[in-house]
Amino acid sequence: MKTKNIMIVGVGGQGSLLASKLLGRMLLQKGFDIKVSEVHGMSQRGGSVVTYVRFGDKVYSPVIDKGEADFIVSFELLEAARWTEYLKPGGKIVVNTQQISPMPVITGAAEYPQGLAGQMQAAGLDVDAVDALALAQQAGSSKAVNIVLMGHLSRYFDFAEEEWLQAIEQCVPAKFLEMNKTAFRLGRNI
Amino acid sequence: MKTLMLGNEAVARGLYEAGCSFVSSYPGTPSTEITECVALYKEVYAEWAPNEKVAMEAAFGASLAGKRSFCAMKHVGLNVAADPLFTVGYTGVNAGFVIGVADDPGMHSSQNEQDSRHYARAAKIPMLEPSDSAEALAFTKLAYQLSEQFDTPVFIKMCTRVAHSQSVVEPGDRVEVSKPYEKNPQKYIMMPGNAKRRHPIVEERTEKLTVWAETAGINRIEDGTDHSIGIITSSTSYQYVKEVCGDRYPVLKLGMIWPLPKQKIVDFAASVDKLIVVEELDSFIEDHCRQLGIDCVGKALFSCIDEFSQNLVAEKLGVATQSGTKLDAAIPMRPPVMCAGCPHRGLFYTLAKNKVTALGDIGCYTLGAVAPLAALDTTICMGASISGMHGFTKAGGGEGRKVVAVIGDSTFMHSGVTGLINMAYNESCGTVIIVDNSITGMTGHQQNPTTGFNLKGDPCTKIDLETLCRAVGINRVRVVDPYDLAACDAAIKEETAVDEPSVIISRRPCALLKYVKHKKPIIANSDKCIGCKACMKIGCPAISVIDKKAHIDNTLCTGCGVCAQLCKLDALTAAKED
Repeated sequence: MKTKNIMIVGVGGQGSLLASKLLGRMLLQKGFDIKVSEVHGMSQRGGSVVTYVRFGDKVYSPVIDKGEADFIVSFELLEAARWTEYLKPGGKIVVNTQQISPMPVITGAAEYPQGLAGQMQAAGLDVDAVDALALAQQAGSSKAVNIVLMGHLSRYFDFAEEEWLQAIEQCVPAKFLEMNKTAFRLGRNI
Repeated sequence: MKTLMLGNEAVARGLYEAGCSFVSSYPGTPSTEITECVALYKEVYAEWAPNEKVAMEAAFGASLAGKRSFCAMKHVGLNVAADPLFTVGYTGVNAGFVIGVADDPGMHSSQNEQDSRHYARAAKIPMLEPSDSAEALAFTKLAYQLSEQFDTPVFIKMCTRVAHSQSVVEPGDRVEVSKPYEKNPQKYIMMPGNAKRRHPIVEERTEKLTVWAETAGINRIEDGTDHSIGIITSSTSYQYVKEVCGDRYPVLKLGMIWPLPKQKIVDFAASVDKLIVVEELDSFIEDHCRQLGIDCVGKALFSCIDEFSQNLVAEKLGVATQSGTKLDAAIPMRPPVMCAGCPHRGLFYTLAKNKVTALGDIGCYTLGAVAPLAALDTTICMGASISGMHGFTKAGGGEGRKVVAVIGDSTFMHSGVTGLINMAYNESCGTVIIVDNSITGMTGHQQNPTTGFNLKGDPCTKIDLETLCRAVGINRVRVVDPYDLAACDAAIKEETAVDEPSVIISRRPCALLKYVKHKKPIIANSDKCIGCKACMKIGCPAISVIDKKAHIDNTLCTGCGVCAQLCKLDALTAAKED
């Protein structure tokens, strides 16, 4: 199988490491070769962060380059717009419609562009816009945005819901398990 | 059973399996997780040392005592440890001694882009360079074998993309290694008479290692179908080359980066029409090829600046790539910021307000340099704030200016205290501000000698900063709470006015620490807000002004109250706690 590429992008602190951990666990169970590249250190502090997940028969590079991503899963609207160049022609963007202003916008040095989801669609990109924050809150925690989005992404994979839920069990502490399972189902089924 | 591991976690696994039983390190991105992960194995003693020099000397001592040992650091940390490094290269080891060093091409989290491979050649210490997690595990074990076989410390060299990428590994079992210690002054006392006898042994060792490198399995040729080009590469560059070229061109993949083989490279070069060297940062392999009289293309094609990627390699090799769609919209940058509730914010606001010249240091608080705070004048290396300020004021830089050094608690213990001793001893003036957030923050919350806990999380001796500063001869030492802007302002004004060295400890634990209890979010009273943006001067990500009214993001705000102190109109007020 040719290598598949998933980019998880967002703002430092939004929980992208748990999302990539879940994907990694799931894909390992399926017997794929995998590489997951993470960001640690300074850029984690509220900056733009990106995690690369690649899987296939044999994966070489740990990163995804422009024009290569089959999926971009974005935890924040502006971040999806930032990385569109990395999407493969025909790839899919799954984006949380939540907006988090970066510091240049907060200080008034720049403006948060309006209507980004529409702009992406108008540019011919295949975009699923999801209010993951509302669904996460419905599941019981605004922190579950990451699992809601993984639930949505899971629609495009040929794996049974039960297998995903088992992978979640291996990745989250017991006391948050039911909440995360609810969040996953909401993302997958709504 | 196959499992996914970060490169750093795989090094830790390799340490465990190789029977390493002593680890001493100082945290530094991208090396930190090696030590954090190895600390989880109860068979391994692991500690945070105050700095890399101490860590390396401690690891040498453990090797001398007969236990396989290890220390880890980032590339710039190796500069700190360079003093012992060059001499343990002469003494060699008793039990195996491995040094982990992690470079940061692209400077994701570093102040420079130095290439650590030069240290291997300069200190004459062999260096292995894995290209994924499976190699990180295997090479770490191999490093111990080489260390004992050739009587030398051995480097494991990581880079950000290998250290912080997960890939598949197959863990194995641990072996136990223990050797007796025997006194051997000729080998271990490096005074001139002995060192003169050791140097030729070191040169012979390099010759033997070069012979080993000629046939070593980790320097492997992967043949290709098209011999018009041959590529020599290593580390993550190897992965990009294979991603782009597959099995088209022959590749010499180097696992040992120093000493490099000679005949193997000569033969490989002869088997191809054109030789290309693909290596990140400096021309290390390329220079070696040229020394061998081999014509090759390296830095003329692949820059010494920044990290590579598959598209970059493809472009340079003339392979077509595709790009996605770029939006027309102007996308604002999202640089890293100080977190909401960060205790450093109130202090930096006060420094900026007082137009203080502030020599900075290495840590989260480097973000105090960013607008709107913009409160720092320099960032060089660990400890440079204090010694730099000493020189600055001695040279008259303090005339008509308030001058301070800003340094974190962990950085102060690392190499700030020697600068403070210099200030006391040479009767400097200027104020050292220790921003004590009770943790090593930037690298992800590591304990340090001032926190009262060790790497394993157990309670331990806590170094008292006030006592330490007074003991080295500083008479003026005071503590302020950086959430209290009036107290900060008074302390900075008073201490920078006196004609003797002083220390202000700005103390409040990092807002991200689990035990730190946040207050309720600040309440924005929009009826009182006139949109003056006084609260925006602190650059807090939880505050924004929407339609000329201050707005608080309740998911981010920790209720620290710094913004409320800036609002003269009570438009921002603390919520009643339950």
